[in-house]
Amino acid sequence: MTAAVLHAHRIARRGLLLTGLALAGVLGVYWLALALTPIERWQGAAQKILYLHAPAAWAGMLAFSLVGLAGGLYLWLRDRRLDVFAEASAEVGLMFGAIVLTTGPLWGKPVWGAYWTWDARLTLTLFLVFLFVGYLGLRGALSDPEERARFSAVVGILGLLLVPFVHLSVYLFRTQHPKPVLLKPSAPSMPGDMLRTLLISVGVFTLLYVGMVTARYGIGLMREAARGAADAD
Amino acid sequence: MPASTPTAGPHPVESGPGVPPLLARGVERRFGALRVLRGVDLTLAPGRLQLVLGPNGAGKTTLLRVLAGLTRATAGEVLVFGESPRGPAVRRRLGVLSHQSHLYDDLTPVENLAFAAKLYGLSEPDARSRDALRTVGLEQGADTPVRRLSRGTVQRAAIARALLHRPEVLLLDEPLTGLDPLSVGRIVGLLSAQLAAGTAVLLVTHSIAEVWSLADRVSVLGNGRWVIDEPRQGAWEDFTARLRASLDG
Amino acid sequence: MAELARLIAVLAAKDLRVEVRSRTALVSATVFAALVLVVFNFARDPASVAPETLAPSVLWVTFTFAAMLTFNRGFALERENAALDGLLLSPLPRGALFFGKYLANLGFVATVQAVTLPLFVLFFNVGLGGALPGLVLVTALATAGFVAVGTVFSAIVVRTRFADLMLPVLLLPFLVPPIIGAVQVTTRLLAGRPLSEQVTWLRFLGVYDIAFITLCALVFPALFDE
Repeated sequence: MTAAVLHAHRIARRGLLLTGLALAGVLGVYWLALALTPIERWQGAAQKILYLHAPAAWAGMLAFSLVGLAGGLYLWLRDRRLDVFAEASAEVGLMFGAIVLTTGPLWGKPVWGAYWTWDARLTLTLFLVFLFVGYLGLRGALSDPEERARFSAVVGILGLLLVPFVHLSVYLFRTQHPKPVLLKPSAPSMPGDMLRTLLISVGVFTLLYVGMVTARYGIGLMREAARGAADAD
Repeated sequence: MPASTPTAGPHPVESGPGVPPLLARGVERRFGALRVLRGVDLTLAPGRLQLVLGPNGAGKTTLLRVLAGLTRATAGEVLVFGESPRGPAVRRRLGVLSHQSHLYDDLTPVENLAFAAKLYGLSEPDARSRDALRTVGLEQGADTPVRRLSRGTVQRAAIARALLHRPEVLLLDEPLTGLDPLSVGRIVGLLSAQLAAGTAVLLVTHSIAEVWSLADRVSVLGNGRWVIDEPRQGAWEDFTARLRASLDG
Repeated sequence: MAELARLIAVLAAKDLRVEVRSRTALVSATVFAALVLVVFNFARDPASVAPETLAPSVLWVTFTFAAMLTFNRGFALERENAALDGLLLSPLPRGALFFGKYLANLGFVATVQAVTLPLFVLFFNVGLGGALPGLVLVTALATAGFVAVGTVFSAIVVRTRFADLMLPVLLLPFLVPPIIGAVQVTTRLLAGRPLSEQVTWLRFLGVYDIAFITLCALVFPALFDE
């Protein structure tokens, strides 16, 4: 194996280690949420899904922003590693998006009586998922690696600009059509220990994102290096 | 790699004033893991013609694209009159003929060239267009949509388009392919006139018989590098024999 | 600046001329729009849903889907005989290429909309009243932004094998904010509310347009920067 492949392998291993740590952290959050955090008065035990749902949405948003940012940097610097990173972040972001879209309905049904509520976070994540799918689908449809990198970068950047507009239009849409639902998914005035659990979970999920992207980035680098080694001379 | 001694003659050193019309130094181009060009040097002088030959897949088309500024070199540099061909200013001085005609099928040759003339900011686009087409002997069919024209006619229209804005550097990819003997003669005459006017020409071709006498330098690209790169000397039949021997060996 | 405008006009004129000769996109898109209107008319229970209730949504779904049909035309055209290389070899600035294609796309979309709107009024028995100027304004505002994104994406997907499928997948998320605004305003205008009440949404659409037209013009050159 060439030096580049070994280096990439090391990165992937480090990523897996971080992921393992983060997953342990997730278990810790589970325990914290179930055992040590009080039950929310109005929503009952189901509210605890928030501690997974909201941080996953945060991680998905983080992943998405970094895809757009990496794309912009790639167009400027033309460093292939930025493109490898962007792809990794998109795949991991899609995973987090899927978590949000599954925990959402699980939370929605017992608390609000509907599987799907077009609330801001859920709707925005749905858009992110569509954009991720489109981004990854486009990458799959382009064979030339440089073209793929350039084109996905453009899509990523445009997608990033879309986010505030989706957020704003959903907000305007809803304020003109107030729903009879009374509770906002994450009330800003959360009691201390619930907020603490939430913040810990956000930290853990961020670590999970970092770990998974690092591992996936390492794998991506290994693929690049392997392809490079295939060209003799 | 062919087991022959590559013959690389001295690269022409420009003693005259001015910047060379086209200069390429150490040009490399890779696509992902595939290295198509592996260090190509080239200098074109005004009024001189360089022939570029090579088997399919040697990288000739890629080289042309890099020289024309359509593709960036992964290493090395290309300078047209001292500037990168990727900037709009110098593109005006470059004329390119590639394998594809760059013409719109639904428009006539006159309309296609008038459009090109407008792109280059030329005055009286329609008149220029007809003039250019006349130079390549295209009068009948000039007002027929390209879709309905024969390959030879389209080829001539494409040549006219490349010459329309009176470029000082010409990059031609197989200009004589698909032309009848009369047209071949006409285009060769056209090239001769261009050279006399000081245009620098790079001509990629498979068949060298018709253009051999016009050439000042002959190069053969093999596997992304020059296998032969020397001043033209002797008869084209002898060169062809040498070439075949070196590529077979 | 004037030179840039001239080049943009030359490009758009060329696209228009080619379209008039070949008549591919415009006719298909217009026929498609008319058919969609017909389908929507039958895709409801006339007893329970009045046409006026659905009308604004129907109009905007039709507008946007028909518009998407016209986008791929622009760069598919340039693939013939590598005509795009001819453009890239000329002194044409890449920004002018974007605006030339964008203008041509706007022209085509506007034509489709101009034919679709009267059909819509006819089929859905919509009383326009004095709403027409407002409708034209909101249509223009809602269209300008997503046509810019459509222009960029069509340049991208034309290089893939399933261009006609990839374009909607990439583009539809970008259509949603303008559609939300457009339908809101259209509903109110058709209900007789004055234009002055729709300022929030109109401003939203305007900001969307400026933001995306600018960003699209900025990133577009990178697509050809091999």
